[in-house]
Amino acid sequence: MNNRTKVTNIVIAGVGGQGVLKASDIVAEVAFRAGLDVKKSEIHGMSQRGGSVSSDVRFGESVYSPMVPPGEADYLVVLSPDQVEPNRSKLREGGTLITPGVIPENTLRDKRSINVALLGWLSVSLSFPESGWLDAIRQNLAPKLHAANLQALAIGREAAHKNMSVPNP
Amino acid sequence: MSGPDRQLLSGDEAVALAARDGDIALGTGYPGTPSTEILESFSRLGGRAQWAPNEKVALEVGLGVAFANARALVTMKHVGLNVAADPLFTAAYTGVTGALVVVSADDPGMASSQNEQDNRRYAVAVGLPMLEPADSQEAYDFTLLAIRVSERWGIPALLRLTTRVCHSKTVVRPTGALPPSKGAATFVRDIKGRVMIPAYARPAHRRLREKLAHIQEWNEAEGPNREIDGDRSLGIIASGIAFMHAREAAPEAAVLKLGMTYPLPLETIRSFEGSVARCVVIEEGDPYLLEAIRAAGMRVEGQPEGFRFGELNVDRVKRILAADASPEPVPPAGKPPELCQGCPHRSVFTALRNLDCIVASDIGCYTLAVLPPFEAADTCVCMGASIGVGLGLRHALPPEQARRVVSTLGDSTFIHSGITGLMEMVYNPPKTGHVVIILDNGTTAMTGLQEHPATGRTLEHQPTGKVIIEALVRSLGINNVHVTDPTINPAAFQELVAASLARRDLTVIVARRNCLLAAGSIKEYERSAAREVISETCLEQQD
Repeated sequence: MNNRTKVTNIVIAGVGGQGVLKASDIVAEVAFRAGLDVKKSEIHGMSQRGGSVSSDVRFGESVYSPMVPPGEADYLVVLSPDQVEPNRSKLREGGTLITPGVIPENTLRDKRSINVALLGWLSVSLSFPESGWLDAIRQNLAPKLHAANLQALAIGREAAHKNMSVPNP
Repeated sequence: MSGPDRQLLSGDEAVALAARDGDIALGTGYPGTPSTEILESFSRLGGRAQWAPNEKVALEVGLGVAFANARALVTMKHVGLNVAADPLFTAAYTGVTGALVVVSADDPGMASSQNEQDNRRYAVAVGLPMLEPADSQEAYDFTLLAIRVSERWGIPALLRLTTRVCHSKTVVRPTGALPPSKGAATFVRDIKGRVMIPAYARPAHRRLREKLAHIQEWNEAEGPNREIDGDRSLGIIASGIAFMHAREAAPEAAVLKLGMTYPLPLETIRSFEGSVARCVVIEEGDPYLLEAIRAAGMRVEGQPEGFRFGELNVDRVKRILAADASPEPVPPAGKPPELCQGCPHRSVFTALRNLDCIVASDIGCYTLAVLPPFEAADTCVCMGASIGVGLGLRHALPPEQARRVVSTLGDSTFIHSGITGLMEMVYNPPKTGHVVIILDNGTTAMTGLQEHPATGRTLEHQPTGKVIIEALVRSLGINNVHVTDPTINPAAFQELVAASLARRDLTVIVARRNCLLAAGSIKEYERSAAREVISETCLEQQD
């Protein structure tokens, strides 16, 4: 996939308190550091009160609307299984759905890092260098959370590589 | 200007950065989604930012700053501008010596609001120039431009954001600092300019209209509007976020993007309209541009009434352009928000539900008590309305129903607009009395835990003067004032409410327990304040 010619659409969904917005901040930061045009959008008025939250990240040469049009998400990352159905219509035909089931949860040092573990899985499909993800995680999270989240990213990447049956470089 | 030359910022953060680069002397406002982060970011960037008790006071403070030849930024959500409307209408007459930029953050689609009013109407009604950014870069650029417009014509300037602009992050390349304000802050007497008795206000109104005529000329000649060339079979006129959706929905179309939407550059619009075969106005909210352009005698298409509701998006704009009137797909319902597990409001609304109260409620987290399992809110209209509405219900209902009426509002809402309601209660008490419950959780919770005058801490969480709610209530002549933690003994709390309802006089219950989400931070603020007091005392003793 060539990130520079086409707009890539990612939707991250879950419920308040799961780190949906943090995850989308990290993805947006990675694309931003790669020099792309980036737009990230969400509604977060009620997000701390346990309601549905979703955030859109779009990047490419030039992005207009900050919202992923319905049925055009290339990737749908869902942090809470019960939020798959409400968000499924956002995914394009042939798009990739990423859910917590892909991560061996008991391997995470901190279960709350599931959002970053799923980004690890996602990261393998995107053409950004791993170092960009590491930098974006350090940039967006408090230092005391770095270790657990860098580990979560690695677990997500490893799980994705295994799934794709390609050797982990 | 300092900092990176390319940044990924939300619209709110971009306004804050421009406020810093634009030498804003003071930023003030009242928290309200989606505007809250502007002042918080401005403060983090080293700007002087403070929360006011409400938007009216904030605007008055900002006006004073601008009368002193300095630059002020005042921020609020759309409904906040209703509260600030009184000073705003007359500030348009007085004008300013420095700069006054008023941010109205509208919420089309009501992500977190009680209505979706379109504040572009205020620009017309008040008579103030209005700028409408479409992304964070424009939020930055237009904030600086608003300062320049305000100073050049001596007039307050409105910056209208919407939720998607406020909360979307897009790339910003800061352009650098504005030259500082002309001259230092100083008082120059201008009685005829600022004392709006009728004799001075009549010429002031004429001055306002002259300024607007000059601004319109400028907007035609060099305003922040741009035309994107394209296939002339379709021309689109748009402003704000609607422009972005339109560009994506119809990349081949010619587009006139309006940056200053009052006073409108009607001749620019006329020449564009004349250059395209079909001209469609795409706008979020009210048909504001459509009506103005049609009133100027141009033939432009609008959008079906259904698109007036909610936000626009690329899909909806495609439908408008294709004149597709088929029913829009309804997105599946998500999970609604709820009061946090362990939230102190839960005990209060459980009691009110058990007692079958008629609850005149208010704006805040506790509005969520309207949802199951509580369903313990019967009205919610605007900040502070719980008290007035509760009193009206008490006056009109038969006694057996009137005695069940309770007003509930939060601490920040009480400070914002509840105090005058209490004066009404003391002055015109219902025959059955009344019960007001102030849900004091020590923070402005719903907007993200902001301070207010009754927390005794500034926007930056530093100690300052503190309004003691129960002392204020008692000073109004209300004798039955109870301060209690509703979570310690919920049954006793319910008994207190029941006993208060049984009386025929006026009761205020302050249900005090810190918000769960804020409790840790509040403890930390209190500890660090205590440490400061101790170290100051030590220093004094050493003297």
